Amino acid sequence: MTFRRYLVLAGVSVFAVIGDSLVSRGMRQAGGISLHSLPSIVLTVFRPEVALGVFFLLAFFACYTSALSWADLTYVLPATSVSFILLTLVAKFILHENVSLARWLGVLLISIGVGVVTQGPALTHPAKAPKAECLGAPASARLEP
Amino acid sequence: MSQLYAWSAVASIVFSSTAGDVLLSRGMKQVGDVAVLRRQAGLATVVARVLRNPNFVLGVSAMAVAFYAMLFGLSWADVSLVIPASTSLTFVTNAIAAKFFLHERVDQRRWLAALLVAGGVVLLAL
Repeated sequence: MTFRRYLVLAGVSVFAVIGDSLVSRGMRQAGGISLHSLPSIVLTVFRPEVALGVFFLLAFFACYTSALSWADLTYVLPATSVSFILLTLVAKFILHENVSLARWLGVLLISIGVGVVTQGPALTHPAKAPKAECLGAPASARLEP
Repeated sequence: MSQLYAWSAVASIVFSSTAGDVLLSRGMKQVGDVAVLRRQAGLATVVARVLRNPNFVLGVSAMAVAFYAMLFGLSWADVSLVIPASTSLTFVTNAIAAKFFLHERVDQRRWLAALLVAGGVVLLAL
């Protein structure tokens, strides 16, 4: 893992947080959507906050697809769940929301999950990883980088 | 009835976003490391190769379905149920799907990470 690759993973997390927050704010202003007003769903995309949010989600998507080109899905997803930690920190320190003990515990679990997965190899895809397809071997023995 | 709506929304989101992630991952593995490819052939070639990949296109379509399923779900049911339930379950279904469809070696480490994150996401919603 190079510094550049960590930057791409950071991009996935940060852009997802910014994009989701903006889309969420815009959608809340738009109000409820029902099956009977399908065109209104399409039109919500033109609200300024939703549009800016979509722009950040595109940046997220570029980083995400880039990460998937050199890392496993089961590596990228837990590693980029840093975004949930960021969301909680934003809620606490920028929005001054009350963050419960349960939420901090959730942040702790996710942090451990991120730590656990990033200690391991980013890619185990058979095509590129060294040959270790002995099906009889225990899972842990097959997984060493 | 609203519970049924909520959980069918959750099921649709989980299914379509898992399909989207798996297809996207498969497509990008076929394209290859985009940083290397960009150095060799330029950004335009990378973009063209990504956009022409059938798995990528299918994956994005599945993600669009997931996105609209989420919008519907949010208008029918409580955010505090639909989002954490679907996000958390997606980490688990993705680990299963990556093992069987992408042949990733989902070992104890990956399982532990997926389950910790899934559990953490549920706690965040409390």
